[in-house]
Order: sequence, then C-alpha cells, then structure tokens
Amino acid sequence: MNEAYPRMYLYRRIVQAKIYIDAYYGSDLDIDNIADEACFSKFHFIRLFKEIYGKTPHQYLVDVRIHHACTLLATGTSVTDTCYKVGFESVGSFSSLFSKVTGFSPSRYAANKLLMKEAIQEVPLQFIPGCFTDKNGYNNSNFQEA
Amino acid sequence: MINRMNHVSIYVLDQNSAYDFYVGKLGFKVHTDAQMGPGMRWLTVCPPDQPDLEIILMPIVKGMAFTEETAEQMRQLVQKGTFGFGVFQCNDIYATYEELKAKGVEFSKPPKEEFYGVEALFKDDSGNWFSLGQKPKK
Repeated sequence: MNEAYPRMYLYRRIVQAKIYIDAYYGSDLDIDNIADEACFSKFHFIRLFKEIYGKTPHQYLVDVRIHHACTLLATGTSVTDTCYKVGFESVGSFSSLFSKVTGFSPSRYAANKLLMKEAIQEVPLQFIPGCFTDKNGYNNSNFQEA
Repeated sequence: MINRMNHVSIYVLDQNSAYDFYVGKLGFKVHTDAQMGPGMRWLTVCPPDQPDLEIILMPIVKGMAFTEETAEQMRQLVQKGTFGFGVFQCNDIYATYEELKAKGVEFSKPPKEEFYGVEALFKDDSGNWFSLGQKPKK
C-alpha cells in the first residue's frame, strides 16, 4: 500500500484530522489538540494540512462553521443559537466574521433565505429552468404551482 | 456564444439518501432545497468551490419526464450502474480518496496515474458513476 501511495500514511492522519473537524466543529476545538491526536507537531500538522487542503486547519474550521451557520440560519435558527451551535463564543465576533465571509449579516442572510423560500412556495416554476419544465411536461405534472 | 454551464441534473433513486451522500459525504453545499408542490422537491447542490454550478438531484418518479413504465426502466438502469455522469476535480486526489473511503464511499478504482492526470472511480448512493480527478501538477 505504501509503495503504491508513498504518502498514504501521512494522508490518512491528516484526513482523520479533517474528518474530526467536520464532526466536532461545534465544540471548543483546539488546533494543538487536533495536531496531538494526529501525532504531529503543530507546525508540521499545519503545513501538511495546508498543502493538502489549501488552507490552514484554523481557516478550514472557520469555513466549516460558517457553512453550517448558513444552513442553520436558512432553516430559521436564531442568530444567537446559530452562533453557539457552530462553535463561536461571541455573537459579535460571529456576526462580524459571517458578514466578512458571506457579504451579509447573519440576520440579513436569514431574511433573504426566508424571502426566497416564500417566493419559491408562491411561484415555484419561476425558479426552475425551462428545460426541466416546459420541455419535459412538468408543467402539468408534479411541478404544479403550490 | 455559450460561456458556461450552470445547471446539470443527476437522476437519483431517493432524494433524502442523495442529500446525505452529496452533502454529508462529498461535502457539497445545498443551493436550493424546496418543496414545489405535491410530491416534488427541487434539490440542487454545488461543489464547494463552484457555487454557480447547480447539480439537480432529480428523482426518478412518474410525472418527472417519465411515465410509470419509463421511470421503472430508468431506476433499474441507474441501479445497475449504467451511467457515468461526470468528472469531479479535487486538489489532492489521494487525500480526497482516503477521506471519501473513510466516509463509506464505494470506489471501483483507487487513484491511478493516467495520461490525462490521476483518476479514481466511485459511485453515488444511487449507482451513478463518477471519475475523481486531479489535474497533472505543472
């Protein structure tokens, strides 16, 4: 195995660290601890992680948290609950970071998603490209206006 | 002049299961997930670095371009692994392969050097095949 994939042993440890971040992003994660779990020095861990994923473990953790925050906000979770559920400790820093990454404040993002959801429910066919509706007979089948 | 593609559909056997596969395992982002009326859910996902490419996870059901008979035929074809739908690119194929395998994705070919780059083959939860590719490093 290692002959075929010479770096596989290292890959597996870094991949496990990434999967760990994916699973526990909502906890108080410490990059030092993750590096320890992966049996790397912090510096070596960060360097290898960045080489593979194009961002540092911390940058990746922030991305994962913001991604999950988007999902929660879009499904009606409050800004405060979202902040703590995805692992941030301060609503202020969460809001600031969220705005920087997405271009919208959390509350604006949630409001936009809600508006979109209502519009889709009102006139669903407006949101579906014609090749999936007009050309395939969906208009008269499952794609009915709600 | 056509510039880009921004919607493409993949026929899936079950949208809930496809959601778990594409979002939970592949790490794609949900673009739109909305009920569109009786029995119709419009579910589109995007690769993380390609937010303007919506992959429609299209259920194979009667009334969705299919009669009951053709839907059943299509379901059987998809289940049998008849269709190869495309190539997904990643920055590091060995790491991605290890990660997806750890998440239970079924591969029929581990990463292998081909003349066009390194390639692996996996299938989704419905039976659709995809190549996983990494461009040759310059």
